[in-house]
Amino acid sequence: MKQGIPRLLCLVAGIVMIVQFFIPHPISEKIFSESLRWVRIISAFALVLGVRSITVHHGTRIIRKSSGWGYSLVALVAMVVTAVIGLFGGVDPHATALLPTSIGGFSFHLQVLYANLMVPLGATMFSILAFYMASAAYRSFRARNKEATVLLVAAFIVMIGMVPIGSAIWPKLPDIAQWLLNVPSMAAKRGILFGIALGSVATSLKIILGIERGWLGGGK
Amino acid sequence: MHLSPDLWVWVGALLTLFVFSFLFGDNPFYKFAEHLYVGVSVGYMIAIYYWNFFKPDLIEPLFGRGELILIVPLILGLCYLAIFIQKFSWVVRIPMGFVLGWGSGIAIPAVLQANVIKQIQGSLITSQTLAHWNTFVWSIVVLIGVITTVIYFFFSREQKGSLKVVANIGIIYIMIGFGASFGYTVMARISLLLGRLQFLLRDWLGVIH
Repeated sequence: MKQGIPRLLCLVAGIVMIVQFFIPHPISEKIFSESLRWVRIISAFALVLGVRSITVHHGTRIIRKSSGWGYSLVALVAMVVTAVIGLFGGVDPHATALLPTSIGGFSFHLQVLYANLMVPLGATMFSILAFYMASAAYRSFRARNKEATVLLVAAFIVMIGMVPIGSAIWPKLPDIAQWLLNVPSMAAKRGILFGIALGSVATSLKIILGIERGWLGGGK
Repeated sequence: MHLSPDLWVWVGALLTLFVFSFLFGDNPFYKFAEHLYVGVSVGYMIAIYYWNFFKPDLIEPLFGRGELILIVPLILGLCYLAIFIQKFSWVVRIPMGFVLGWGSGIAIPAVLQANVIKQIQGSLITSQTLAHWNTFVWSIVVLIGVITTVIYFFFSREQKGSLKVVANIGIIYIMIGFGASFGYTVMARISLLLGRLQFLLRDWLGVIH
């Protein structure tokens, strides 16, 4: 029962979703839209597991006064404050909500927090990757053989071709960069995509048919 | 120079500098920004999940309009919480089975359609590609690239003789593809970097317009 019910549910859900794809009928479309809503609801509950995990992790560090526990406090306080503002202040800045989200002209609405905390932090974290990618590229792309040289040249042309200095050096450089992206690069990506697609289909079939059981975890 | 009077711009600018400080090594300012980001992101997700999923998909239809069928996903969702009770932790497999089966069932035809059939369609030489010499030549280049790349990943036979020659052509295509993708990704990151510098110099310090 502990494995049979989940596997049966997996099999039925999988087959129903494959079959409905090939039947363009209002009932089949209704099954798809309704099941999508179900999956959204079920997946939303999985967030509870994530929130519990992060709370336990940082909570334990604070209670044990582990090294850097103050940062854990920052994470937990930020999470609780943002969640309270979002849950009681709403996501629409123009709608009325339980919690006022501005004092005088100063707004601390969820969308304001998103625009002024999450966006700068996220964008800056990704932007510093530019430095690390450049240094990693220097170390790994040194033209040791024919293949590495091709990779290096393609990367260099695309990078130079996408900035104004590229067209200043040679006006055709941006066109060559675009050609590299549109023709040989796309051909290689298509070839790789075929492999990924066949692998995805094989894995999905294995899950539906119960051959792949890793998701069931250990035990009976 | 015209410093911004907006408090949020100052907050954004200081956090940007905190993150940039990582370039000189791990330090308390970066750690503070990193943990703040994690906390705010999770809090934001909690609010978004409630307002975009729980409320419109479950609470309003079930308790407001009496759509009792939604008791089923509610129970399935609650099964996730069984993981906290050792004796009943196996129950978590039930919603996982449903979601995995559903996702796999959706993926099979969608992947075949988008990543196989559409890609084959795009690689074929049609009457449209014959309209101009350049589209025709590039279509042949693409077709050769797709076939040689696929052959490179064909490991059922030892790659020697003509198969090795074709596979080697595939490697050249793959290297161009990886190089171009790398260059594109680096430029996207540079673009983000310029955006942050623009924010600091224009929005915060007001030294550029």
